[in-house]
This record gives sequence, structure tokens and C-alpha cells, in this order.
Amino acid sequence: MSSDSVLFDAPGPRARLRHSVLTVIGVLLVVAGGWIVYRKMSEAGQLDPALWTPFVTDPAVWTEYLLPGFWETLKAAAASVVLAGVYGLVFGMGRLSHVRAVRWVSGVVVEFFRSVPVLLMMVFLFFGYFATATWLPNQYAPMAAVVVGLTLYNGSVIAELVRSGVHSLPAGQAEAGLSIGLSPSQTLRSIQLPQALRAMLPALVGQLVVVLKDTALGTVVLYPELLTAAKTLGSAYANTLQAYIVAAAVFVLVNYALTVLAGRVERWLGRRGRSAGTPRSAAVPSDTVPTAEATSSSAR
Amino acid sequence: MGDIIGNYDILGAFWVTIQLSVLSALGSLVIGTVLAVFRVSPVRVLRALGAFYVNVLRNTPLTLLMVFSILGMSIILGLQLSQDQARDSYWWAVIMLSVYHAAFVCEAIRSGVNTIPAGQAEAARSIGLTFGQSMREVLLPQAFRGAIAPLGSTLIALIKNTTVAAVILGTAEAAGLLAQITENEGASLPTFFLFALGFVILTLPIGLAVTSLSRRLAVKR
Repeated sequence: MSSDSVLFDAPGPRARLRHSVLTVIGVLLVVAGGWIVYRKMSEAGQLDPALWTPFVTDPAVWTEYLLPGFWETLKAAAASVVLAGVYGLVFGMGRLSHVRAVRWVSGVVVEFFRSVPVLLMMVFLFFGYFATATWLPNQYAPMAAVVVGLTLYNGSVIAELVRSGVHSLPAGQAEAGLSIGLSPSQTLRSIQLPQALRAMLPALVGQLVVVLKDTALGTVVLYPELLTAAKTLGSAYANTLQAYIVAAAVFVLVNYALTVLAGRVERWLGRRGRSAGTPRSAAVPSDTVPTAEATSSSAR
Repeated sequence: MGDIIGNYDILGAFWVTIQLSVLSALGSLVIGTVLAVFRVSPVRVLRALGAFYVNVLRNTPLTLLMVFSILGMSIILGLQLSQDQARDSYWWAVIMLSVYHAAFVCEAIRSGVNTIPAGQAEAARSIGLTFGQSMREVLLPQAFRGAIAPLGSTLIALIKNTTVAAVILGTAEAAGLLAQITENEGASLPTFFLFALGFVILTLPIGLAVTSLSRRLAVKR
């Protein structure tokens, strides 16, 4: 805990006493919280083993409901991430273009889709186009709405990451490229982008968490992802509460693993030494350098 | 288009969006500050409690929290906040938005604390300031300035995330109303842009204010 050493002195005898008192209070807080949950659950009869055991004893719970749901979640997330990567790269380069019109149009598109809630796009696409489209088989309509909605939003976020990644490179990189006779777009493609992409890798992994969480919005457009699967499971086994808790646990575990992975990638990149490609993190304000910490702590 | 504005209560839906945003912004600020104090405290149990809360809530989809609040908390566990079902959903939406964004507020404040170099605290102590004085005069002002930008983006995300409340509020809320209008009247791009414009109007000034504020108040190092 780095903040620990910044804010507090090494504790003396009185501070140590105070800390033990606070420790006791903290433990009491945890115990009291746990007890309230336990009381409420048992009052409502939700601790009945019969409601919980199907998750262990009945494989159908997993093979028929939760795993297919999770698979749909993964499918939508993977498709959105790939498409958002392409979209983000195109519009990120657009925002860095030396043609003013291209820069301007990309800027408007990116800023628009960044400021419109994903759910608004999803319901509009689904009810307005995909659900009634004749060219799209009906069963693909929800997935199309989810993937397009997530792509537009997350692609715009990635476009911003590309832009800030390139801007955080030392100016000498672009100058060197130009002075050996590369054109501005060649400099961007073969010198600036590769370095920027490497620097934004942790932030990209962090963005995966956002995509995975947002697939749950698909439940509004009837996409059979994990949350919808938990709902169906809950009505089939009459254990709604338990089904949601297990689904939440799956989400938390997968996303937490991704967050840890993003941190690992960041440290791994840091260990590979400060080559010219590493952004001048000391010289620029922290909000322009995309880090895993910054992204995974954005609420979307 | 004129019919749509006449027949549906779009302003009312955005009024709900604004209410939800303000109430849950306040709620998440209170809970998030308490959590941040926990997470930077010198007591291990409190730190672990804060970290557990943040890691669980940050990684759970808000949609799941919303559905869980009504089906799980209100109906199954009987924790009704109001006799009226619509008010019950409304208050549960506020609670879930607050609880979810509190995790991000906590991280924003903590990242503000983490921007302070250790030398600042050491310098404050070596000129003889007490713990309270060094907190008040040296550390917290800097931490607050460092936290402005992330707090601002959390607020913007919160305003956009109020649409998720449509899962339990239905057409009383902007996204739910747009879904209903589109389903009844067919796709109308002007209507979509009207809704989108509503969110741009709500979030754009905040974004601009936060950017200029964090630039003006940035700690020169």
C-alpha cells in the first residue's frame, strides 16, 4: 500500500493502540454486516439447502443454463472487442490525420458515440432496425444490436486511447521519422502507432472488462447472455436469488482475473525497460497516459 | 416527430434521469469517500474491507445489480422501500447506482491521494506540523486536486448509466421510453438524436468544466 507510507508516520505506542481499536471496530463491522445478511436470508427462507445444492449436484444447471449463457456473453464480447479494435484504429488514425476534414469528422463521430449511453443505442438499433429487418434472421437480431452498440461505444473509447497514446510519445519520434524522409502518414503508421499500441495494451485489456460487463445490457433486447440465463434458471428451479448470486460471482471472477492480467501486462511492459517507445509518463499529466488503473476505474 | 413529442413524456423521462443522477451522485460520493478513507487507513481490516467492496462492485454488471435489487432484495427478501411499486423501483435504482459508482468514486479519490509524492508528507512533518495540520494544509488539498479529473469522468459515466435503471423503471426513464417509442412508431432517427442530444446537453458542460478545473487547479510539480 503506497499511500500508507505517504500519509502516516510509523506508529508509536498510542497509535498502535488506536489501530487495534479500529481493527476491532472493523471486524465488528464485517461480522455485523454478515449477520444482517444471514438474518434476512434465513427469515426469507433463502438459506434452504435445496435452493443452493442444484449448483453442485445438478449438472444441468451449468450445461443447460449458465454455461450456454456465459458462452453467448463471451461471443458477443469477443465480436465487439475485435470490431471495436478495428473501428478504434480507423477513427483514432482519422483524428490524427493531417487532412482537416477527416480529423473533424472523426472527432465528431468519436465524441458523439462516447457521450450517448450504450443502452440507448442498443434499444434503438434493436427495436428500430434489427428486430424488424427482413435481411437478418430473427434469432440474430439481439446479438447484432448488442455487438453494434458495444462496438460503437468501445471503439470510440479505443480511438481516444490511440490518439492519447500517440500524443504521449516523445516529439522526437515523429521528428526523426519526418527527417529521414517518411511522409506524415508513413511516420504515423510505421513509427508512432506501433509504439502507441504497445503502450496502450494494458488499457485495452482493461477495456475488455467494460465490454464483458456491458454485454449484460443485452438482457434488455432479449439476448440470451449470462444474466438472461440466470433469470431463466431462477424460474426453472425457483431459486432466483441464488441464480443471480452465482451469475454475479462468475462475472466478478472473470473480470477480476482480467484486471489482474492488465496489471501484469503493465508491469511486464515496464520491466522491458524505458525504450524510446515508452511514453514520458513523468512529464505528461497522468490523465493523458492510458494505464490499466485509469481504465479499469472508469465506470463504463 | 411532432406527434412523438406530443404523445410521449420525453421531458418527464429526462427529469427522472436528472433526479437519479443528482441523488445517486450524492449517495456515491458519501459511500465512496468512506470507502476511500478505509482503503488508505493504516488498519489492515478496514483496507481489506474497502478493497473487497471495490473489487466486487466494480466487476459486477450494473444491469445485474438492478435486476437483483427488485427481484432479489425487494420481492424475495421483502425489503420494500415504498408501498408503491414504482417508488420502490425508483429508490432501489438510486441505491444501486450509488452503491455501484461508490466503488469508482473510491478509486478516484485514492488515485488522487496516490499522486502526492512522499516528500510532501515528509516535508510537512519535518517543519513540525501535526498529523491533522499536515492533512488539512498539505495533503488533502493536493489529493482533492488530483481527484477532480477521475471524479468528473465518474460523474459523466453515472449520468449515462442512469439509463440502465430502465431495466426496472421501464418507460419512466429515457432508455425505456426510447425503446417504447421505437417499438410503437418504428425507427425514427430524429427521435434518437433528440434523446442523444439530451445526454450530450447533460454531460458536455460537466466534461468541459472538469477539464478546465483540473487544468487550472493542477498541482505544478
